[in-house]
Amino acid sequence: MSPILAVVGYAEPWWIAILKSVIIFAVALSMVPVVLIVERKLLGRFQGRYGPNRVGPMGMMQPLADIGKLITKAPFRPTTSIGFLFILAPAISMITAVAAFAIIPFGNVVDIAGTPVGLYGIDVGIGPLYLFAFGAVAFYGIMLGGWASGSKYSFLGSMRAAAQLISYEVAQGLSIVGVIITAGTLSLTEIVEAQEGMWYFIPQFVGLIVFMVASFAETNRTPFDLAEADAELVGGYNTEYGGSRFASYFFAEYLNVLIVSGIATTLFFGGWLLPFGIDPPTWVDPIVVLVKMFAFVFFFIWVRATLPRLRYDQLMSFGWKILLPIATLNTLITAIVVVAID
Amino acid sequence: MLSTYLPALVFVALGAVVGGSFAVLNQVLGPAKSKLVATGDPYECGLPSEVKQGFRFGISFYLIAMLFILFDIEVVFLYPIAVELRAFGTFALLETIVFVVLLMVAFIYVWRRGALEWK
Repeated sequence: MSPILAVVGYAEPWWIAILKSVIIFAVALSMVPVVLIVERKLLGRFQGRYGPNRVGPMGMMQPLADIGKLITKAPFRPTTSIGFLFILAPAISMITAVAAFAIIPFGNVVDIAGTPVGLYGIDVGIGPLYLFAFGAVAFYGIMLGGWASGSKYSFLGSMRAAAQLISYEVAQGLSIVGVIITAGTLSLTEIVEAQEGMWYFIPQFVGLIVFMVASFAETNRTPFDLAEADAELVGGYNTEYGGSRFASYFFAEYLNVLIVSGIATTLFFGGWLLPFGIDPPTWVDPIVVLVKMFAFVFFFIWVRATLPRLRYDQLMSFGWKILLPIATLNTLITAIVVVAID
Repeated sequence: MLSTYLPALVFVALGAVVGGSFAVLNQVLGPAKSKLVATGDPYECGLPSEVKQGFRFGISFYLIAMLFILFDIEVVFLYPIAVELRAFGTFALLETIVFVVLLMVAFIYVWRRGALEWK
């Protein structure tokens, strides 16, 4: 059997696998409203205002009120739209975002009531490739949605999104090759274990920078939210969407932010490991991962409050002429150093 | 071996349930579809809409898509060798360098020909 397809993760009996998937899914689902309210509160503070503070204690129920409002809207779609694709596209975004969440490891295999259970959705020998596969399908959610709307704003938004997503996918893919060379495996739990001595953001600092910049572009976040560009394209690919279908896109976007945060945590910041040789009991592991993830989410919001949006030609030339060469050089230098040390 | 992928199927199914229900929830929970003709018009600011199927778009998008295929294959080929680099040592390193240098020659050619300039 070739090493790249080798079994790495521990596979539980099928009923445990299904049970833990449902639990991780429930956690993911309940984290999105938290990210929403944290973002709106923080953006308010960054801009010297209160943010939402009417619904529930300190406005904490605002996301639930928003979802309730969105799902009780009247259904509508433009007469120019292509009905089947128009309805399918937001669901594609949702499916891919949920499926990609399975890859984030919250801990290694632990013993729960005498049964060993891996604290991750899946841990397979293709690791990051699983993530990129679903990322590539998520592209169809945005592309088809904008194209099937039959509106020029949506169409332009989706064309921009398509070019932006594929351009930055190359840099994102290359930026983690350095990590894979250093760890010598594609399994995410093994990559975390390999960071026991030193977290990879120190030797792979360039890789981390490229990965984060490309991730901002991949999740359509400011300063790379050219696909939405409210000032010129109204709402980009989701101009014609409203109600629960819009909620679907919105949800997928924030889930993607969480996924990227989780991957950055896993690949560069030691996953569930703690520095200075602190070794807490295993039930702390998921909490450590969640805290690190929310640190990244804070970083996303911070950048959104700080940086203005780029121009489209600047975006494309930045991705191809700066990020791609840097990521390639990082890969080569890492390879040379690793072989030289061996 | 394939049983390790079972949770992925569960996640896809759960995503399909949530995504599918969000796609039709408005029909169930919302008020009836509006009879007004204007709600069926695509968004437009001021001017009357001129929307037709079969938009045209810039050739730059097409070029970017072709370049993407070339360089994404580079990335995919680098993954397996990155996993096994330690095992094969200097030989694999030289192979990688030759591979990347060839691609960089192509990259510089594309750049010099102006395919990366946004028009």
